[in-house]
Amino acid sequence: MSAIDLIVGLYGTQLNVDSNNPDSIQRDRFIMSKGHASPAVYAILKEHDFLKQSDLDGFRSLGSVCQGHVDMKWTNGVDFSAGSLGMGLSFGIGTAFAAKMDGLDYQTWVMLGDGETQEGQIWEAFMAASYHNLDNLHVIIDRNRIQNDDFVNVQMEIGDVASKVEAFGWSVKEIDGHDMEAVVEALQWSMDTPGPSAVVAHTVKGKGVSFMEDNPSFHGKAPNDAELKMAMEELV
Amino acid sequence: MSAPSTGGASRDGYGAALLNLADDPRVVVIEADLGKSTKSCLFRELYPERTISLGIAEQNMVLVAAGLASCGKVPFASTFAIFTERAFEQVRNGLARPGLVAHICGSHGGIHTGTDGSSAQSIEDLALYRTIPGMTVMHPSDDLSATKLTEQLLNHPNPSYTRTARNKTPRIYDEDTVNSIQIGKGSVLKEGNDVAIIAIGVMVHKALEAAENLHSEGINATVVDMHTIKPLDTALLDQLANSVSGIVTVEDHSVIGGLGSAVSEYLSENNPTIIRKIGVEDRFGESGDSEELLSLVGLTVESIETAARAML
Repeated sequence: MSAIDLIVGLYGTQLNVDSNNPDSIQRDRFIMSKGHASPAVYAILKEHDFLKQSDLDGFRSLGSVCQGHVDMKWTNGVDFSAGSLGMGLSFGIGTAFAAKMDGLDYQTWVMLGDGETQEGQIWEAFMAASYHNLDNLHVIIDRNRIQNDDFVNVQMEIGDVASKVEAFGWSVKEIDGHDMEAVVEALQWSMDTPGPSAVVAHTVKGKGVSFMEDNPSFHGKAPNDAELKMAMEELV
Repeated sequence: MSAPSTGGASRDGYGAALLNLADDPRVVVIEADLGKSTKSCLFRELYPERTISLGIAEQNMVLVAAGLASCGKVPFASTFAIFTERAFEQVRNGLARPGLVAHICGSHGGIHTGTDGSSAQSIEDLALYRTIPGMTVMHPSDDLSATKLTEQLLNHPNPSYTRTARNKTPRIYDEDTVNSIQIGKGSVLKEGNDVAIIAIGVMVHKALEAAENLHSEGINATVVDMHTIKPLDTALLDQLANSVSGIVTVEDHSVIGGLGSAVSEYLSENNPTIIRKIGVEDRFGESGDSEELLSLVGLTVESIETAARAML
């Protein structure tokens, strides 16, 4: 839920995708590198008619198009098979390069988790993208400060991630990832900025549900029936 | 068998193939600093706009290849065999699992790599990539066959790993005979009904030499270049198992998980046959001349002959 406002902003204002032509070579790519945020992706794909409610109901069950982690092989509208952290930005470099080679103007948007930036491959990719000046590549970092086992600053603090990305040659903007106006503005800023650009979005895990907010125990765990009821009462 | 001994190493064959494939605009070459070694540099020189240099960063390289493949490109990515292993999980999760088709070439495979020492001598690459569902795994025996097999990857439906060798070895094929080579079909180089010697890579010419020596003793050996380890030519294996008294496998690779294992896995369940695996036993290499190293670990013409004699 930390990522949902960012995803809504992206699909609502920037991402050029069409459920009637899901494989169009000209479509914008959205690479959800933190694949465990799959429920947020499936929810937005339903809103954009790539998925049906019955698809979402099958989430994580055998044969479902809604796999545990987002998977391009299984789900219409998904551009990347995630699940193993640290790989999505590299994949986005590939799609951004392909656009340039083909003379097409589609954009590649990559969402990274903050804990995910502990993976070395992420920094290989940041370095490569700026060297190759991939101005059609955009990163959004969901800085929710929580990873699987605990808070990021307990597991291994990543510090001032914006300055680090900047030091790798990217333009960086920091925002409150739940301020929709700021989100929309930052995405447009990324489009207007030459070279590769990244938005570091400060977010709250479990945003909108008091007992889930900022609580690491809900990182990879679904609420039980009672918790779900309480959560929905708070949200609706 | 007298094949011309000129020509290059199999890595030169890979480089030549990339040039031959360049007419197809989908072909993209990706490098992780070692293009001069893997020979992708030949493509870079002529087609810089379709060559991507990613520095010493193999994990990134594999996913960039996957991203390109998702947009309809046919990426050929190369580095040393041993360094592709650093990105094994990327090949597994980022490339093969979503069913994307890109082609990885690992040069300098095997203990034959020589003086660089054990850190550069991959003896487990074939075993690793063989475990990935849908992955094609190859190890050509000379430059001409490396060219031909790499060219056939252009419209191949699966992701692949191809190991090439650093050093020249005698050519197995000539410009004509190489045309019959095909991914997934073992090449029968010599026929005999006493034993079969199935070899790959730099060991194929030693298998042929052993077969000639055995012939002078009255032992007739079939020799196969099993350049494709996966998918394995099981029809050929059945045919061999039904016609000879035993099979010797020969590879510059660990005896755990490579050619010998693949052959044994199939035949033990389907057509039980006596098999002797010649390869690198469970050990690392060291610095040295290629031939010295092969002798050190028992990858010699003599050891092939001894194993073949023991089959009778």
